[in-house]
Amino acid sequence: MTPTRKKRLYLVVMIVVGIGAATVLAMNAFDENLMFFYSPSEVVAGKAPRDHVFRVGGMVSNGSIKRESGSLTVNFDLTDNVDTVTVEYTGILPDLFREGQGTVSKGRLRDDGVFVADEVLAKHDENYMPPEVGEMLKSANIKATTGKSMGDYQQ
Amino acid sequence: MTPELGNFALILALCMALVQASFPMAGAFLGRPTWMALGRTTAWGQFTFISIAFACLVYAFVTSDFSVTYVAQNSNTLLPIIYKVSAVWGGHEGSLLLWVLMLTGWGLAVSLFSRNLPREVLAWVLSVQGMVSIGFILFMLLTSNPFDRLFPIPAEGRDLNPLLQDPGLAIHPPMLYMGYVGFSVAFSFAVAALIGGRLDSAWARWSRPWTTIAWVFLSIGITMGSWWAYNELGWGGWWFWDPVENASFMPWLMGTALMHSLAVSEKRGAFKSWTVLLAISAFSLSLLGAFLVRSGVLTSVHAFAVDPARGIYLLVFLGIAVGGSLALYAWRASSVVGGGNFDLVSRETFLLGNNLVLVGITALVLLGTLYPLIYEAMGWGKISVGFPWFNRMFVAFMPLLVILMGIGAVTKWKHHDRRQLLRRLVSPLVLSAILGLLFALPIHPRASVFVGLGVFIAAWLLLSLIASIRTRWQNKRGFREVLRDLIGQGRSFYGMIVAHLGVAVAIIGVTFVSGYGLETDVRMAPGEHHELGGYSFQFEGITKKLGPNYQADRGQIRVRRAGAEVAVLYPEKRSYFAQGDAMTEAAIDVGVTRDLYVSLGEPLGGGAWSVRLYYKPFVRWIWLGGLLMALGGIVAVTDKRYRIRIGRKTASRAVVANTGLVSQKASVEHL
Repeated sequence: MTPTRKKRLYLVVMIVVGIGAATVLAMNAFDENLMFFYSPSEVVAGKAPRDHVFRVGGMVSNGSIKRESGSLTVNFDLTDNVDTVTVEYTGILPDLFREGQGTVSKGRLRDDGVFVADEVLAKHDENYMPPEVGEMLKSANIKATTGKSMGDYQQ
Repeated sequence: MTPELGNFALILALCMALVQASFPMAGAFLGRPTWMALGRTTAWGQFTFISIAFACLVYAFVTSDFSVTYVAQNSNTLLPIIYKVSAVWGGHEGSLLLWVLMLTGWGLAVSLFSRNLPREVLAWVLSVQGMVSIGFILFMLLTSNPFDRLFPIPAEGRDLNPLLQDPGLAIHPPMLYMGYVGFSVAFSFAVAALIGGRLDSAWARWSRPWTTIAWVFLSIGITMGSWWAYNELGWGGWWFWDPVENASFMPWLMGTALMHSLAVSEKRGAFKSWTVLLAISAFSLSLLGAFLVRSGVLTSVHAFAVDPARGIYLLVFLGIAVGGSLALYAWRASSVVGGGNFDLVSRETFLLGNNLVLVGITALVLLGTLYPLIYEAMGWGKISVGFPWFNRMFVAFMPLLVILMGIGAVTKWKHHDRRQLLRRLVSPLVLSAILGLLFALPIHPRASVFVGLGVFIAAWLLLSLIASIRTRWQNKRGFREVLRDLIGQGRSFYGMIVAHLGVAVAIIGVTFVSGYGLETDVRMAPGEHHELGGYSFQFEGITKKLGPNYQADRGQIRVRRAGAEVAVLYPEKRSYFAQGDAMTEAAIDVGVTRDLYVSLGEPLGGGAWSVRLYYKPFVRWIWLGGLLMALGGIVAVTDKRYRIRIGRKTASRAVVANTGLVSQKASVEHL
């Protein structure tokens, strides 16, 4: 092999190994850091994982925000107009968090069915609806009126 | 009347762009100097008409003309005048107009400062620039016209989003757009070189300063954005891996790779087709960023109002620009003659390695940003990629990048003796490893492998920079010669040193604030205090405050350290009149080695509030690092060999002739 070819071979091998390593690393890390999104009715139906962090989104039910006195723990209900999940969160809620507003919470499901959130997101625009929540509400409305979900229609 | 004038000016600018995109290029092919000369005239025309349109929009904002939809949605009579002006680019339509203003400004600058370019090259560059202009002006006229009227005329505007009422925002988007759009010049040069088949060292020298200036703006823009988020969002973060941040970070990474690759193309004539590919990619990523931000396909805190027509237009535009330029690349790049030869141990190799790592990081950021879209399109469900993933990817690849940076800076072009290189690198390596271990081993009270790694790579970079300065000064006799080098010939070298120093400084900031930062949410009644990071925060109650367009609850928090008072902080919870939104205004005690950051939550009854306290060590170093990188770029771009080019015509002709010779020599060497 000529020196130039040898050098090229080194480079190509290095690049291939590098890309391979990066891909493996990225995919492995994806497994732990991908968060699935579920609606309250999916959570109630038991479709959400019990041992993994996920996100749940919906509207904050009117009159459901309850604060424990003496601590920073808050309870509120998230609904998709079909089912409701109670969320518990300890900490400071975002500025735009309020009743009737679409929000997304990230956390785990506790054995008693309460969703323990470590992060609550609300959007900075008052007219803004997280796309997942908007779509979900749309399909939940169809379900509420006909008893079928969008998925059923497709099938 | 003024809005119609603005609209008319936009249409005229579009006509100018159409002429600029066609005539100069046709002239270059047909050999008609008068057609080629049209490029400069139309560049002037475009800039003038877009300026007029922009002035019309500013006027509409300053006079609170709510008959214009965009003004009614983003302004309010109570808004302070400076925010009325910055509200011009506070929403989608206006920020697009600013974008186009800058695009035409760059086009004009190219036509003004490139008088010595061969006529044909300038004609090609300006034509490509004109095509990009057409895309954006048409986008504005078809889907997002800032001058659209509103009827009936509302009595009051909806107000600018309170988050955007901050001096940081007045500067952040313009800087960012200057960067995004600036890469269009590198793109135009690359496409022009492909069309004309003139891809040589002279080409690299022409596009180098433009690329560096665009990169400087983008660096400043990203740094300011991070600083703004930290100040305004009230939860102490400085980077969130939000899709919109990624949209600015990807062109920056690609631009960084491009700058270094251009250096090799200019000095050694190598990597030319790779450089062209990077130039196309950097601008394509800017366009992709615009698409992601403005089409609403991704969920982001920065989301603009969503309109499917915009998304489709931008996707088509993106397809034409990226597809067209890549097709051109595939067709013409094979004709590019390879450059100078180099050994395995040479600066070229390490720069290439660095380029690959930068491209790899960009690809990962792109993957993480688009993965939710791919996942959903495949029907696998709805997901989001958590920011721990991005952090982990970054921590995995950044050390490799920094280690290569250190080696590259001390290695000679073309060939470097292995043993001598090792000798030169041994002491920086040993010293930085010891420093890193001091933080990683349990001898440190808060030992952490992460912090140890950060300290190691920052120290390594710093020490290898010192080694490369020492090598440069070895051949200089006496202080005066060193001084002459500092002021005169060595600008691009010292620019590199300053920018790389900025990287080291930023790494220290990121490492310490991530490794040793503290935060807590607490309930505080008046008189209560809480300890954090050796500081005592005492809550002294809430008072009411009235601002120009808001009212606020203003907390008072006294901070002490070992009994001595450090600061009194006044965080606010504001409520804006027009939109009724609550907004947290954090209070920060700024310091070189630490920030103390306090923000208010909500009232908990009986005068008690939820309060968020942060101790942020070395957080300022992140932005200091960003600014140093930008400063390094500025120093490098003032290098003499670019100034000759801009300065006297005759001298620059000689330079062009010279570089032509160099590139010929390089290709001969290759053969």
